[in-house]
Amino acid sequence: MSGAFTKSMARNIFYGGTVFFFLLFLALSFDTHSQLPKRDMRQNITPQIAEGKKLWEVNNCIGCHTLMGEGAYFAPELGNVIVRYGDEGVKAFIQSRPKEGIPGRRSMPQFNFTDEQLNAIVAFLKHVNSINDANWPPNDQG
Amino acid sequence: MQFKSQAVAKPYFIAAIGLFVGQILFGLILGLQYVLGDFLFPAIPFNVARMVHTNLLIVWLLFGFMGGAYYMIPEESETELFSPKLALAMFWIFLVAGALTIVGYLAVPYATLAELTGNNILETMGREFLEQPLPTKLGIVVVALAFLFNITMTVLKGKKTAISLVLLIGLWGLAVFFLFSFYNPVNVVLDKFFWWWTVHLWVEGVWELILGSFLAFVLIKTTGVDREVIEKWLYVIVTLTLITGIIGTGHHYFWIGTPEYWQWWGSIFSALEPIPFFAMTVFAFNMVNRRRREHPNKAAVLWALGTGVMAFLGAGVWGFLHTLAPVNYYTHGSQITAAHGHMAFYGAYAMVNLMMISYAMPILRGRAANSNKSQVLEMWSFWLMTVAIVFITLFLTAAGILQVWLQRVSESPLPFMVVQDKISLFYWMREWAGVAFLIGLIVYITSFFVGGDEKETA
Repeated sequence: MSGAFTKSMARNIFYGGTVFFFLLFLALSFDTHSQLPKRDMRQNITPQIAEGKKLWEVNNCIGCHTLMGEGAYFAPELGNVIVRYGDEGVKAFIQSRPKEGIPGRRSMPQFNFTDEQLNAIVAFLKHVNSINDANWPPNDQG
Repeated sequence: MQFKSQAVAKPYFIAAIGLFVGQILFGLILGLQYVLGDFLFPAIPFNVARMVHTNLLIVWLLFGFMGGAYYMIPEESETELFSPKLALAMFWIFLVAGALTIVGYLAVPYATLAELTGNNILETMGREFLEQPLPTKLGIVVVALAFLFNITMTVLKGKKTAISLVLLIGLWGLAVFFLFSFYNPVNVVLDKFFWWWTVHLWVEGVWELILGSFLAFVLIKTTGVDREVIEKWLYVIVTLTLITGIIGTGHHYFWIGTPEYWQWWGSIFSALEPIPFFAMTVFAFNMVNRRRREHPNKAAVLWALGTGVMAFLGAGVWGFLHTLAPVNYYTHGSQITAAHGHMAFYGAYAMVNLMMISYAMPILRGRAANSNKSQVLEMWSFWLMTVAIVFITLFLTAAGILQVWLQRVSESPLPFMVVQDKISLFYWMREWAGVAFLIGLIVYITSFFVGGDEKETA
């Protein structure tokens, strides 16, 4: 770190390297955006799915669950929950949560969703399950 | 202290430590909920406690960064802060906004909070770490801009050192990338893609510049090594950080609907991300070994060495463990991720803030260093908290390996909750390590109130 290699050389490499790799990142991101329509199933997004995503967010589901592996690790992955329980199973599970929880067990709150809201949540989860996410998770258990 | 206006850093540091305590208490609640599922349910469900835990972490680190910058920049620029009044006003705004947000999380259901705070106007809530209501997010932008204005004006009117410039790039990057938290498209793949532009480009990008700059500053002050040498190192480290970390974002683009080529870009570049942390460790030890003076504040030097080592282990080694796509296919979103998160945040960002506080606080209180007695306590707290986090990480790693095996690799994969029950022993041990961490934190706070002989004056 001494002799010929000076501070100003280090600084120039910092600026040059940062700009180069940031531009490379932008180029990759740009390419990703041209490929995403084939993978993210955006053509299928309905107002109902949008409503489901909003319900997912305003009830902070990600605070316990993961979705495509991202979120908290307290409760099961939901990106493929439709595969495990089916539409009706998911709805029945959400509806049947006891208000005071289950003694001694990790408990999900009772959100008192309407049927319409439950359908929206299921539509959103089905949509997520349909996204081409390189075959993740490894199996149905999530 | 050299400049009167550096004093504005003090309330920032005090608030940071106070919020840190809150973060740890909620961490203990969460750890207990992992094993006693209905603990505090339904009063404080897991998701609420987790939001408080992670948001307090972010806010106390930001308080630390701002306090550190307010302390450091006048000294680096050799001039008074542009506006100490603005800095104090922003302190109160940020503290009140932060406190109200936490109260909001705890007092009303999250959906009600969203309804009350205008989430219908612009839907930004309910995404991990970016759960803050819209007014809080806007408040963060206002505080960040006022802070950046203050710091930038100070640098512009004074001396421009490499340490200040790297800090400024880090802080401006922090503000710019936060703006992506306002972008929440209905397409969940796009949502996740840009969510990482805040989260990853913060913690594996621009925050590392803040870390490097703070570390360089404290090393110059405590070792007396020539500034030219230290600043050259700083440039090399932040170069390594950004050329690995920016494309390294790709390690989050493996399984969220983005093209498969990210598995190559992400694996290769994020596999290189430990290098800047290793350089940081070598840097810190090298400078301390070449020191030209014996600084009376031994505790600050200990934190400086510790942050290098622990950031390398937590962010570097534990990150590398699960960053290669074929490995991550099995470990993604498991307790391995949690293990990495805990040691990385403590090692890199908690410790660098504690280092800055350790160095600056005695000077702000009118002495070069604390009494020997106080420093001994502080060093005890260093070892208690650091060893505790090592054990938290090891127990979570063990839990994670078992979880991945039972749920994802074995011939007959078991359901999530069945697996969680089987590995609860490790969650219990993690909780006890968490108690040890809290004891360390109590010792740390006690060290501020231990006087003794104050021979040295600033």
